[in-house]
Amino acid sequence: MNHLNSKFGEYGGMYVPELLIPALDQLEQAFIDAQNDPSFIEEFNGLLKDYAGRPTSMTLTKNLVSNPNVKLYLKREDLLHGGAHKTNQVLGQAILTKRMGKTEVIAETGAGQHGVATALACALMGLKARIYMGAKDVERQAPNVFRMRLMGAEVIPVNAGSGTLKDAVNEAMRDWSATYDKAHYLLGTAAGPHPFPTIVREFHRMIGEETRAQIMEKEGRLPDAVVACVGGGSNAIGMFADFIDEPSVKLIGVEPAGKGIHTPDHGAAICTGSKGVLHGAYSYIMQDSDGQIEESYSVSAGLDYPAVGPQHAHLHDIGRAEYAAVTDEEALNAFQLLARKEGIIPALESSHALAHALNMADEADKETIIVVNLSGRGDKDLAHVYNILGEQK
Amino acid sequence: MSRYQHMFARLNDANQGAFVPFVMLGDPDKQTSFEIIKTLVESGADALELGIPYSDPIADGPTIQKASIRALNNKITPADCFEVIKQIRAQFPDVPIGLLLYSNLVIKRGLTEFYQAASDAGVDSILIADVPLREAQRFIDVAKNTSIDQILLAPPNASDETLAEIGAKSAGYTYLLGRAGVTGAETAANIPADELIAKLTQYKVAPPLLGFGISKPEQVKEAIKAGAAGAISGSATVNIIAENLDDQKAMLEKLASFVTEMKAATQK
Ligand SMILES: Cc1ncc(COP(=O)(O)O)c(C=O)c1O
Repeated sequence: MNHLNSKFGEYGGMYVPELLIPALDQLEQAFIDAQNDPSFIEEFNGLLKDYAGRPTSMTLTKNLVSNPNVKLYLKREDLLHGGAHKTNQVLGQAILTKRMGKTEVIAETGAGQHGVATALACALMGLKARIYMGAKDVERQAPNVFRMRLMGAEVIPVNAGSGTLKDAVNEAMRDWSATYDKAHYLLGTAAGPHPFPTIVREFHRMIGEETRAQIMEKEGRLPDAVVACVGGGSNAIGMFADFIDEPSVKLIGVEPAGKGIHTPDHGAAICTGSKGVLHGAYSYIMQDSDGQIEESYSVSAGLDYPAVGPQHAHLHDIGRAEYAAVTDEEALNAFQLLARKEGIIPALESSHALAHALNMADEADKETIIVVNLSGRGDKDLAHVYNILGEQK
Repeated sequence: MSRYQHMFARLNDANQGAFVPFVMLGDPDKQTSFEIIKTLVESGADALELGIPYSDPIADGPTIQKASIRALNNKITPADCFEVIKQIRAQFPDVPIGLLLYSNLVIKRGLTEFYQAASDAGVDSILIADVPLREAQRFIDVAKNTSIDQILLAPPNASDETLAEIGAKSAGYTYLLGRAGVTGAETAANIPADELIAKLTQYKVAPPLLGFGISKPEQVKEAIKAGAAGAISGSATVNIIAENLDDQKAMLEKLASFVTEMKAATQK
């Protein structure tokens, strides 16, 4: 029996080997206990403030938008320690790890952002981290691999399958099924089996809560829309959670269209609309007609994932959130534009959300306030973008 | 009586446990896969546990992952797998055939349609590696309607509550996990504690077959001595295939002698 609801409508659940059920139940219980324990709240909030740098600021763009009807704000998760929103929930789960009496942490990473966040939290909390990373990603993201190792984490390249994020998740789950007694699996996004989607949402919900307070202070009203990129869905659900019950606020998730959603090279699970199970949850996924999982693709490694968190699938189906897709090219344009116009270099992931918001801004014919969740900074992407732009010129 | 019930009755009369090898359907290709499975039965396998290749097998270690990849590289589909099963069933009308696979292959096709196709091909049981008891009910319901036994898995860390539920719902046999972790011959199974076997009896679960980490006749002997109804050996069987890919004759000979030795160890 689960104490929290394990499903979002028909989505979610616990499609994992029987062996992992006790570990997931233990985690659910630890999470419930922590949420009711003022000393947990105090420790978590203390770390968020003094170590990670919360609250993050909210910036009104000055030069980016020419339409006078539109105010475009950026929620600056790029300023968080670690360089992305990922640090929030990792700190929460790291504290849970200690509360469960576990001493080791297993994590997966694609671009390396979740790996870096895990490594820093484990360094801080004295936990032993091992981080699975697709062999291809280890090569593509060498600076982040070095960061993780500097902070004491073991980085384990995964050669199985396609050697990317989905294979790293598989390997992390395999490891966990043998080591759950002393290791916690610190999953990096709002996907996977229950209770991860719920825990990750709750440990990121300050993004939306701060946004609400900041926009009320600046504008005296709620925004018309909040926009976030969607890989597994953690930064988006963190931004959405506090606005779900505010029908006037549009919730917009932006998936990676890669080379176009009508090509095989994209990562837009919701926009292409096929349902199934990956990594423990029933949700929208990318698959062939037999149910074999397909490789995703995106210029941004953090969005290169062939599934999406189950709550997004549900929010989509009930019409509460909208999901759009943005191509590599549009994202790269937004990346450069924000650098040039505002002096902020965004992560390629966040550039997807920005690109969509800029399209919305062009079309607005009445006064509109949009908040983009700038989920991370672009330092990690510089070499990659340099290579692409170099090729184009 | 189902084929499993017949098998357990026959083995009981002969004072033996069951030996059940696992291989991946379509590994390395359709024709060889048929020859492999035929050899397993002719060499004394009491029942078969057959995998359907899947892209993301989270409960499998490297040996069985690679078997999946070999088959998928040869474009083996679930439909191909059912064809191989039909051929086997035509030749061996009595051997119990179990499928071991992952949920998305079933969900994508549709539960009823998948189970019906399996049943039509001659499958007796289905075990879904990533469907724990908590998600199992709708699969169990469909299994009942399509004359398939839904196999449930009893992990070594199972609570009494879990064992009671397995007891109430299991059919065919119960897959008793020899240890934590993923499939693989690298880490040996633990022989189940008397206590666990006693509980399985107490909760009236379907006959337990011990699997995960079984690669040697002594382990089969010990498992049966400890009270298991038999043993399942996957990675050790698949390793023989992997090591003899360029010599089919040698592969089949080695599989035959492996199965013969393992089966001999089931005599009580
Ligand atoms: C900066 C940034 N934004 C977004 C994502 C996508 O993940 P999610 O959809 O969980 O927010 C990542 C993942 O690595 C990231 O690094």
